[in-house]
Amino acid sequence: MNIPEVKESYGGRINNVFIGATSAEGGSRSKAVKVGGHTTVPFLKYEGETFPPAFALEVPDLPPDPGEWPDALVEPYRDVLNDPVAWAKKAEQEYGADMICIRLLSIHPDRGNASAAKAKETVLAIRDAVKVPLIIWGCDDDPRDNEVLPVISQALAGEKCLFGMASQDNYKTLVASCLADGHSLLGLSPLDINIAKQVNILVSDMGLPADRIVMYPTTGALGYGMEYTYSIMERGRLAALAGDKMLAMPVFCVVGPESWKAKEAKAAETEFPQWGSATERGILWEAVTATALLQAGADILLMRHPKAMEIARATLRDLTAAKA
Amino acid sequence: MIVIGERINGMFKKVREAIANKDAEFIKDLAIRQVNAGANILDINVGTASTDHTADMIWLVNAVQSVVSVTLSIDSARHEPLEAGLAAIKGKRMLNSTTGKEVDLAKLLPMAKKYNASIIGLTIDEEGVPATVDKRVEIAAKIVAGAMDQGIPVTDLYIDPITLPINCAQDQPEKMFAALSQFRMLSDPAPHTTIGLSNISQRLQEHQLLNRTFLVMCMAYGLDSAIIDPLDEELMKAVVTADMILNKFIYADSFLESYRRKV
Repeated sequence: MNIPEVKESYGGRINNVFIGATSAEGGSRSKAVKVGGHTTVPFLKYEGETFPPAFALEVPDLPPDPGEWPDALVEPYRDVLNDPVAWAKKAEQEYGADMICIRLLSIHPDRGNASAAKAKETVLAIRDAVKVPLIIWGCDDDPRDNEVLPVISQALAGEKCLFGMASQDNYKTLVASCLADGHSLLGLSPLDINIAKQVNILVSDMGLPADRIVMYPTTGALGYGMEYTYSIMERGRLAALAGDKMLAMPVFCVVGPESWKAKEAKAAETEFPQWGSATERGILWEAVTATALLQAGADILLMRHPKAMEIARATLRDLTAAKA
Repeated sequence: MIVIGERINGMFKKVREAIANKDAEFIKDLAIRQVNAGANILDINVGTASTDHTADMIWLVNAVQSVVSVTLSIDSARHEPLEAGLAAIKGKRMLNSTTGKEVDLAKLLPMAKKYNASIIGLTIDEEGVPATVDKRVEIAAKIVAGAMDQGIPVTDLYIDPITLPINCAQDQPEKMFAALSQFRMLSDPAPHTTIGLSNISQRLQEHQLLNRTFLVMCMAYGLDSAIIDPLDEELMKAVVTADMILNKFIYADSFLESYRRKV
């Protein structure tokens, strides 16, 4: 009996985005990280080309708020909590991050309102301390981001970093900086595929090449909207493979920060003894969010706990292993 | 929807003059403008006033393919210029058209196969233009079977359920819609479908409104290509919007401009 051919053949593909520039390219990274490039849905290697995602570790530029970073999460970073430069080094050398994502929390009006000059000082110190490519994420306060990100962008000109966030209502300043300084951009949308596409159109209209855009469609953690994130990523990916160039961007998933917001990740054992070990719980909450989104086509996973990252990497190896 | 640009046709006065005067620049400009407006295929027809259909067809093909690289559709009722046109095309070819008559299928399906051309099949047979849904589907099935016999992939077939001017036969559009739906069930994968849109409004009032309303209605019944005027901006906007409503691509606020820029 002839088994019918089930392979799909897609006319479109996901763009390749390169983050990080080596000295040959005008930067100082040891190598660039490539994300995207797929010609089929995640992991179906028999059908087309798929490429592994990159794992980034978050480095806040302020000591973390204990309300947001429970003990289980602080543990791997205990000796570097007050030193973002040492934190970044640890993330790269000890925990093997493919990229570092610097969160400029200190510039937020409610968290110290640090000057652009101060933020730049920290960022440059981190740049000098690590060799992996850099992601720079502002504080999500538009006026402050519009004031500070251009300064950071200019200071890092030539390094081909990834800067965020550009949204439908606030994108022009960041696009201008990325254009001027050679960076790529994170386009934010609120779990809405139509807005995700519109952001890509608006940013492209200003002249930023499509292969310098990464989408951040907003991430919901396990139990807190993960399926919605999954279905939006899936829909966008299928549209891109069908030929929609304005959805053909790689996807950024904020796994760590979102997962550790969950009660199930943060709660102390004394609060919910029936939930068992707080450490294991938190790590697993983050790991399961990561592994589910891997299957939705995550191209960059922003992680927090190194053990969760390890579990996600192991799952990735299993999903991409050659047939036995 | 696949757009087949209809403007390079000797029935249009300026095109007739350009052919007569061998004004290649006019033809090239018309080809470029249609492709820039979104045409995926360009139809080429020397018109009835030509004194040498074969030479004029070859001349048109060469002028057009010197500036655009889309599929070219050779539109002629005469077999000699039809074959000469197909032979002159360096890229992808379409044969416009065969009917369901035995004598046409016997000659034109092999011709399409020989030139690796896709082919438009009109659901007309020895009895003439069909008046019923069943007759259209019957002729379509005959064309599909004939194509399969010749080894022409079904996805290279474009079945046309015949469009008449609306004043001639107002009961026919409903039959066309039903036929379009049924054509999709003839095979898996199904053949493409097409219409000569301008026929619906020929010599009537409100051409553009009639054309775009009828086209959108046909798209709702599964029409996936049409021979139209891509330079009619309102028509093209309606096509893009209908495609979006049919979930062919994802909505964004700038969907119209984004489509326009893509082409």
